[in-house]
Amino acid sequence: MADYKNEFGWFAPKPTVEKKIYSLKAVAVGLGIFLVVFGAPLLLNMGQVHPVPQPSLDTPAIQKLAEKERQCVEPTEWMRANHMQLLWDWREQVVRTGERYYTTSQGKKVLASLSNNCMECHSNKSQFCDQCHNYVAVAPNCWGCHLPKEQNVAKAEGK
Amino acid sequence: MNFAQRHITVALAAVLGLIAVAYVGVQGNLQLLFGVVVPYLALLLFFEGIIYRVIKWARSPVPFKIPTTAGQVKSLPWVPRTLGDKLDNPESKAWVIGRMALEVLAFRSLFRNTRTELVSDPKYPEKARLVHWSYKWLWLGAIAFHYAFLIIVLRHLRFFFEPTPQAIALLSEIDGFWQFFIPTFYLTDIIIVLALLYLLGRRLANANLRYLTLASDYFPLFLILGIVSTGILMRYFFKTDITAVKQLVMGLVSLKPVIPAGISPLFYVHLFLVCVLLAYFPYSKLLHAPGVFFSPTRNLPGNNRWELHVNPWNYPVKFHPYMEYEDQFRDAMYEAGIPVEKEPEAAVAEEE
Repeated sequence: MADYKNEFGWFAPKPTVEKKIYSLKAVAVGLGIFLVVFGAPLLLNMGQVHPVPQPSLDTPAIQKLAEKERQCVEPTEWMRANHMQLLWDWREQVVRTGERYYTTSQGKKVLASLSNNCMECHSNKSQFCDQCHNYVAVAPNCWGCHLPKEQNVAKAEGK
Repeated sequence: MNFAQRHITVALAAVLGLIAVAYVGVQGNLQLLFGVVVPYLALLLFFEGIIYRVIKWARSPVPFKIPTTAGQVKSLPWVPRTLGDKLDNPESKAWVIGRMALEVLAFRSLFRNTRTELVSDPKYPEKARLVHWSYKWLWLGAIAFHYAFLIIVLRHLRFFFEPTPQAIALLSEIDGFWQFFIPTFYLTDIIIVLALLYLLGRRLANANLRYLTLASDYFPLFLILGIVSTGILMRYFFKTDITAVKQLVMGLVSLKPVIPAGISPLFYVHLFLVCVLLAYFPYSKLLHAPGVFFSPTRNLPGNNRWELHVNPWNYPVKFHPYMEYEDQFRDAMYEAGIPVEKEPEAAVAEEE
């Protein structure tokens, strides 16, 4: 006890403040909203299993190739992260300079074309491109102009 | 090194150190630590810290309502009150919610910010004039930063849900409506950088503010600048496999952590800085986010005139009422000719 005096005299018991949560209802509602909003990703996903996208390489053109030749224009790892940049660069190059060929990092010359090169092998847009694009919610505007071949094929077969 | 330089150096060194820690750690194959352990730890600290703080604040009694907020308080019926008065000096809970919403969503207090400066008087060049003027730049910088940050956080939710909610995809599309650069350039990316640079520059340019600004003010600015710049670098320049990134995040939120291959160290630096921000949040000035809801000038209605607010720490006070005082000094008062309530004779008779 401190050297303390109040109206009740020396060393009188100190006035105490009630220990409680003031406006408990409002605080509980606020904390509840905070926990639900910030915990939503955890609460909604907890324990669930989400299939990992598996871009399929099973197309006639790829099957035809020998095991050794099954290689994209650049290494797979690099393509996974940077294919959009490559396609963008190709577009600029072809449209602005008219140069239709691209020299790969291995020194090979390939046709710089989405429809006529990429999609020759990867003719399965829904099994290949869309797998990851849907997974990470990317909506590339390639398909505004380029028709995915599989649609045409399906249409032709339907007739 | 002067005061400001010392504080800047400490904060900058801390952020650069954190970047180096994450980078070196991931180079040393500590992906499990920086991809799983640290994020969980940071989240734990974040939630624990905020709940602790909010409960601690809620336990503090408010002694009195502050009646002097701006705006005419509700008074006699013929005293005019505008909508602004009602919002600034609310009479009921509903209006308090209005004031709070205005504060939280539109930063009302910052909008009212004024600046006081000594400027030279063109009439008397040897004298200076004290001028108060409305200063909206801080409000603009703050609101641009906060909303850009909010949109960026919401955009990142595409990594936290499978499938991605339509609203999040739509928000990203609106944010990237320019369709410029590849991957699509987001408007909020440049807004947040400019706002942060303004908020930092503001503290550096003004001598008064430089004196008030401590390492704990620079640190969050540098930290968020670090997060933003690593994010921008990763999105536009040194790309990483974001499918693998989403696998990592989905593993974290479904409590089945995985470390997919093919994620660049830059991502781990970005993630580590975000974790530091989360862990730092509840123990720093960044707590103004929940704190604004506990501001007595924002959350209490201005109804002092018709509702009694009792101080929770009131304790029984020993009063000395007038009649006791008069009983004590009646004779002396009477002798001195001071008027008394009871004449001495009447008092004596009453006692008997």
